[in-house]
Amino acid sequence: MKPVTRIQSRTAVLPTKDIDTDQIIAARFLTTTSREGLGKSAFYDLRYHSDGTENDAFPLNAPDAKGCEVLVAGRNFGCGSSREHAPWALLDFGLRAVISTEIADIFRNNALKNGFVPVVVDAETHRWLLENPGAEVIIDIADATLTLPDGRCIDFPIDAFARYCLLEGIDQLGYLRQQLPAIEQFEETRSWTP
Amino acid sequence: MSKTLFEKVWSEHVVVPESPATPAVLYVDLHIIHEVTTPQAFTVLREQGLQVRRPDLTLATMDHSTPTTPVRSLSDIEVVGPSAANQIRQMEKNCEAFGIDLLGFDSDSRGIVHVIGPELGATQPGKTIVCGDSHSSTHGAFGALAFGIGTTEVGHVLATQCLLQRKPKTLAVNLDGRLAPGVSAKDVILAIIGEIGVDGGTGHIIEYRGDAITSLDMEGRMTICNMSIEAGARAGMIAPDQITFDYLRGRPRAPQGAAWDAAIARWRELRTDEDASFDRSITMDARRLQPMVTFGTNPGMVVGINDPVPDGGDDPSFRKALDYMRIESGKPMTDNPVDVVFVGSCTNGRLSDIEEAARILKGRKVADGVRMLVVPGSQQVKREAEARGLDRIILAAGAEWREAGCSMCIGMNGDTVPQGKLSVSTSNRNFEGRQGVGARTILASPATAAASAVTGRVADARLLA
Repeated sequence: MKPVTRIQSRTAVLPTKDIDTDQIIAARFLTTTSREGLGKSAFYDLRYHSDGTENDAFPLNAPDAKGCEVLVAGRNFGCGSSREHAPWALLDFGLRAVISTEIADIFRNNALKNGFVPVVVDAETHRWLLENPGAEVIIDIADATLTLPDGRCIDFPIDAFARYCLLEGIDQLGYLRQQLPAIEQFEETRSWTP
Repeated sequence: MSKTLFEKVWSEHVVVPESPATPAVLYVDLHIIHEVTTPQAFTVLREQGLQVRRPDLTLATMDHSTPTTPVRSLSDIEVVGPSAANQIRQMEKNCEAFGIDLLGFDSDSRGIVHVIGPELGATQPGKTIVCGDSHSSTHGAFGALAFGIGTTEVGHVLATQCLLQRKPKTLAVNLDGRLAPGVSAKDVILAIIGEIGVDGGTGHIIEYRGDAITSLDMEGRMTICNMSIEAGARAGMIAPDQITFDYLRGRPRAPQGAAWDAAIARWRELRTDEDASFDRSITMDARRLQPMVTFGTNPGMVVGINDPVPDGGDDPSFRKALDYMRIESGKPMTDNPVDVVFVGSCTNGRLSDIEEAARILKGRKVADGVRMLVVPGSQQVKREAEARGLDRIILAAGAEWREAGCSMCIGMNGDTVPQGKLSVSTSNRNFEGRQGVGARTILASPATAAASAVTGRVADARLLA
C-alpha cells in the first residue's frame, strides 16, 4: 500500500442514504479473481441506463464531477456485504475518500486496508457539504482533519493504528506476522482447542 | 467481574490485548472460505511466499458462483458463464495448492457456507468464526462470535489464524413474550431491523434475548442472527442452551465422547451474567409481531403484511426507493402482483424453511405467470427434503427444485430476477439490483413467499391455512 498523507480535491456529492455495496459494485462483477480494473464497474447500474447509455441524472456523471477524488455521500455509506471489491472499485474509479455522517463497519475496515479514507463528520458539516458540491476540501491524515474552503478545520475520528498504517503505507499482514510467537504461545496454552 | 456472552467469548480469544495505539490480536477458531472472496487473498500468500497456517481450522466450499443445476462433471459448471466458472476452478486449485480440504462438487456436504458450518457441527458455542461474507453473523445463533471480513483479512487469517480487531460495543435486543401462530423468525428479525434501522447496530454486537428467542429452534435462531448485519451489526449472538446442545450432538465435527461432556460443561457458562451490562438495550413485545414484508430497497423499509406502506415525508432517499419499487404509500403490500418467488439462501434455505414452503404448496399450484424457485441451502438439506417427499410436493405445485447454492439471493450464477419484475424472496437483501439488474425484491418468510406464489399476489399465509 502506498502511503496516504493528504488528499486535496473538489467533492462529488451522492446525497442518497444507505448506499449499499451492491450499488457500489453489483454482485455480477464479483466473479473476477483479480483486484484490478474494477473502476469500470463502480456504480454501474446508477451510471448507465439498462440500454447502456449514460445516465445524465447521476451526479458522478456530471462534467464537474470528473477528477473529483472525494465523495460526499448520504448517511450509512457502504452498508451491506463484506466485498472488498467495493473499495477496490472506488479507488480504481478515481476516488480516494468518502465523507458521511456514518460509514458501515465492514466497508470502513476494508477501505482503510486499501488506503481509501472514510471520514465521518457531524450533521451540520455534512449538510453544508451536501449543499455545496464541488467544494475544495483537504483531508489531512496526520492531523485527522477535514478543511473546508472557508478555512474551517474539522476533526474526524480515525483509529490510531489505521492512521499509522495509512501514513507509513504499512501492510497490516506484516505487523500481524510479527505477532506469530504470541500466537503460537496462545495455541499452546489455551484451555481448549477448536 | 460480570461479563456479557460476547465479552466472555472475546476475552477467551485475545492473543495480544488492544492498546490506544494498536488493536487486539484476536484468534480465529474456524475460518470458512468460498470462491468469491478468496482468490485475491491466495494471490497475496503466493506473492509473499506464505502458507496457510491452519488448514485444519479452515472449512472450504463453493456456493456463490455455482450452478444450481446438477454438476455431473466439471464441464457442467460452464452454465454459470466463463468468469464464474474460472473462479470455481481457481478455488479448486487454491485449496489443492495450500492443502485445504474442499467440500466441492464431489462432496455430499457442499452447500452455502453458513448452512454447512452448523450442519457439520463445525459451528460451536464459544468459537470465533469468520468468513469473507457478511452473513457470517449466522453462526452467532450457537453462542459463537462470528462476523464477516474482507479479502485482505481473509489473507490475514489464512496466514496467521488471527485478525486485528478493536472491541465493539454491545447491544441487547430483548423480545418479551411468545410469537403468535403464523409469525416466524424471519418476521421477527425484519421487525427488529425496522425498529432499530439499517444502521441501528453499527459498531455493536447484538445479543438477542427473551422468550421469543429461547423458544425458537436452531434454524429459527440462525435466521435471526443471519440478518444482524442488515441492522449494521457485524455479529449477533444467542446464548447456547439445551436446544443448541441437542442440535449439535452427534454431528460429524462436533466433539465426541469425553470431549463432548467437557464441551457441554464449558458451553453452559456461555451466557450473560445477571448483573452484566450492555452499552445499549432495547425491548420489543414479541406477542404483537405479525408477518412482515419489505416495501423499499433496504431491509429496514419493512411493514406488517396488512399494514399500509408508510409515508416517508419529504425524504428523497425514501421517495427514490418507492419509485424504484413502484410501490405506493398508504396501501398494504398485499395484492401487488408477483412475478418471481425465491425460497432459499443462508437466511431461509434450511430444512424447516423448505418444509414451511411445502406445507403451503401441498395440493396447490403456483399461479399462472409466476416462476417459483426452491433452492436448498446445502446438499444435505436437499437429501433430507427429498427423503420427506418435499421435492415431489414442490415439483407437483409447478415450482423448480434445485441443487444447493446462494442462487437468486445474489444472482451471481445466472439465477436472476428479470429487469423490472417483482420478486418475493426469503433472502436477506432487497437492495436495488440485488437479484438482477432492475429486479424489485420483497423480503419475506418462507410461508409468505409460498402463499404469494400460489395466489400470484403478495399474500398473508395465515389466510390459506
